[in-house]
Amino acid sequence: MAVNETYIEVQDELIAPPGWRAVTAALIRRQPLGAVGALMVLIMVAAALFADQIAMYDPEINDFAAMLEGPSTAHLFGTDEFGRDIYSRIVHGARTAMTVGFSAAILGSTIGLFVGVSSAYFGGWVDNIMQRIVDVLMAFPAIILALTVVIILGRGVGPVIIAITIPMIPNCARVVRSSALAIREIPYVDAARAMGFGHLRIILRHISPNIMAPYLIMLTNFLGAAILAEASLSYLGLGVQEPTPAWGLMLKSGAEEYAESAPWAVIFPGLAISVAVFGFNLFGDALRDVLDPKLRSR
Amino acid sequence: MKLKTLKLLAGTAAALFMTANVATAETPKRGGILNFVVGSKIPSMDGHMEGTFGMIHPIRPFYSTLIRVNPQNPSSTTDFVCDVCSTFSSSDDGKTHTFNIRKDIKFHDGTPLTAADVKATYDKLVFPPKGILSLRKKFFSMVDTITTPDSYTLVMKLKYPSPTFIPSVAMPFNFIYSKKDLDTHGYTWHQKNVNGSGAFVFVEHKPGAFVTGKRYDGYHHEGKPYLDGYKAISAPKMAVRLQAIRGDRAGIEFRGFPPKARDDLIKALGDKITVQEGDWNCSLLVTPNHKVKPFDDARVRRALSLAIDRWGGSKALSKIAIVKTVGGVVFPSHPLAATKDELTKIPGFWTDIKKSRAEAKRLLKEAGHSNLTFTLLNRAVDQPYRILGTWLIDQWRQIGLKVKQNAVPTGPWVNSLRKKKDYQVAIDANCQSIVNPIVDVSKYLGSASNNYAQYTDEAMETMHETMSRSGDPAEQRKIMRKFETRLYGEETHIIPTLWWYKINPHRSYVKGWKIAPSHYLNQHLDQVWLDK
Repeated sequence: MAVNETYIEVQDELIAPPGWRAVTAALIRRQPLGAVGALMVLIMVAAALFADQIAMYDPEINDFAAMLEGPSTAHLFGTDEFGRDIYSRIVHGARTAMTVGFSAAILGSTIGLFVGVSSAYFGGWVDNIMQRIVDVLMAFPAIILALTVVIILGRGVGPVIIAITIPMIPNCARVVRSSALAIREIPYVDAARAMGFGHLRIILRHISPNIMAPYLIMLTNFLGAAILAEASLSYLGLGVQEPTPAWGLMLKSGAEEYAESAPWAVIFPGLAISVAVFGFNLFGDALRDVLDPKLRSR
Repeated sequence: MKLKTLKLLAGTAAALFMTANVATAETPKRGGILNFVVGSKIPSMDGHMEGTFGMIHPIRPFYSTLIRVNPQNPSSTTDFVCDVCSTFSSSDDGKTHTFNIRKDIKFHDGTPLTAADVKATYDKLVFPPKGILSLRKKFFSMVDTITTPDSYTLVMKLKYPSPTFIPSVAMPFNFIYSKKDLDTHGYTWHQKNVNGSGAFVFVEHKPGAFVTGKRYDGYHHEGKPYLDGYKAISAPKMAVRLQAIRGDRAGIEFRGFPPKARDDLIKALGDKITVQEGDWNCSLLVTPNHKVKPFDDARVRRALSLAIDRWGGSKALSKIAIVKTVGGVVFPSHPLAATKDELTKIPGFWTDIKKSRAEAKRLLKEAGHSNLTFTLLNRAVDQPYRILGTWLIDQWRQIGLKVKQNAVPTGPWVNSLRKKKDYQVAIDANCQSIVNPIVDVSKYLGSASNNYAQYTDEAMETMHETMSRSGDPAEQRKIMRKFETRLYGEETHIIPTLWWYKINPHRSYVKGWKIAPSHYLNQHLDQVWLDK
């Protein structure tokens, strides 16, 4: 028994995905754009983590003596209609975007991973039921589904995370299932089953690690999508609420009334959303190229 | 935009407004179609059951009313003139009001308009049968009988003399319906059909899109209307309404735009835009839920009021929102309104904000709520709700309170205020049409169906009853001050913010329309003409 188990673990290692160091090195060497994306992501994450130190002003304090001032040394990105410093609000807005983005992406892809692997592993009626549920969820445009969830659960960061997470689950589950179906047919899974390992152990220990590549690719793609979705919901007034700094909310306030007379109130929040989404997408694409064996060999 | 530029634009606007007033002396030209945009949709076309500008703006021109605000002087809060009547008078005891109806009026279907039609209309308004909604029924609670001694005389007898009666009759929602229509088609027919005696004849209604009307040649005000017709275009999004005026797809929007939109239009179109501005009979309120702790404590409520810098806020907010005037419980320019001296004696209206906030902190400490946190329920409408909500949160932050905002669409907001009553503190508004202070302040009575603060205050009920029945303006004014002080100061049942400010930038070729204290008033359009 011990010999067989060791054999299976050795097999696992042989087909295990490359480590993080190798991935990072390959990313910089082969994917300079991806490295740029990673740098942008790092900057965003740093802004979110150290917002209190980086921001020049409290992002929520009104200063009517400085209403709608253009960019200057006192206010790098200008001020909004309440005299609030736009730079400080963007830096603090990164915290909202990253919190929602990372939470929704990790939750969505991880639940999707579990659903997809389980569906593929058990097959039969379990697979049928799970996939029909996935079909139903995928039938709704993501933003409509998110809007529905927000309307039911209410506004605020928590409901927004849930609202963005739910549409991500079926997408990830579908992709992961197709990979897991192939893995399920590999003899070491049969061997593990023959050795009497439990379903959970086989799913978590023997199948899931082997579909980390599509999982990570989905995760990084979801990050950009989640940030965009959060901004969209906030823009529609369904996300986080004033005076909490959030990029979509800032864009909404600026775009409707001040696009012409105070363009900085629109440009900088819009730029923040674009840079964040662009950065995550570049990083995700590069990660896919590195992790995908077919693309890796090119 | 720099403040200097804002000031310049505001100055230009004021200059243009003055130009507009001079321009009204010009000789009106006949002809043309007026296109205007409406930021809402039509729930039904029955004025008696509706209270929205979404209905009034497109539908009002089809109807006449018994009396109306003087179209040449709509800013006055006391100037009422006849519409379908030729004269009206009141008895010395103020209990009998006689209206002599004009003999030259016909409905658009050719039926002559007589006192019987006016009586049938007011019977529906004042004594609606069960199941028929009359939104202003309570405004006529003093009416005892309505009779027609002859075909062209209408007499309304009151149970007690009331200064609120005539302004209530002048409300623009009191469309005169034909008795024949009411008898033949029933009381719900006007929800979807139109047969009035107004300046324009109904042509078409495309739900959600537009309403069109054409000139009524048999209109009873000689020489009017000047327009051949009009098209009311539904455009709920402000950006669309603004671009419609900018691109000359529409000449005017009657509800009003925020200051920034006015400035942008002036900057883009120069003298092709005329701006009319004035106080608006609408005030934004903060309503603490008295049934939720700690807002049952008057000290906490007063602290919330004391934290608000109304005088300072007015200057800044009037640049970004449709609010401006600091005022008490009565429309600012009305004779019953508090003077600045009277107002600044009430806690919350003190001019020294430092002293005010120190007192607020003291009260909170005394009540044991120095670090109070709560959620402010707000309506997810930018102007002026969201702007004021964000400003209020910053005001309360300055006395150490942490407040979150929950801005929800109108439906859930109303539902929370009226039915669920599950909020802690909410933003509410008191918007009226005719300036009729004693009726307007009835919202602040605990017994009022549109008061959502959930309190009972017998002293205020008694004061209001006395004011309603008093024929002496001096006595009314004296009681109104006590009412105001109790409402905003002693008990702070409701927390006032600022009065709304109406800004109507429109194409300069639109002439004859004058701004009123309400977006419901002066919308019959018979005096409007196009200088093209």
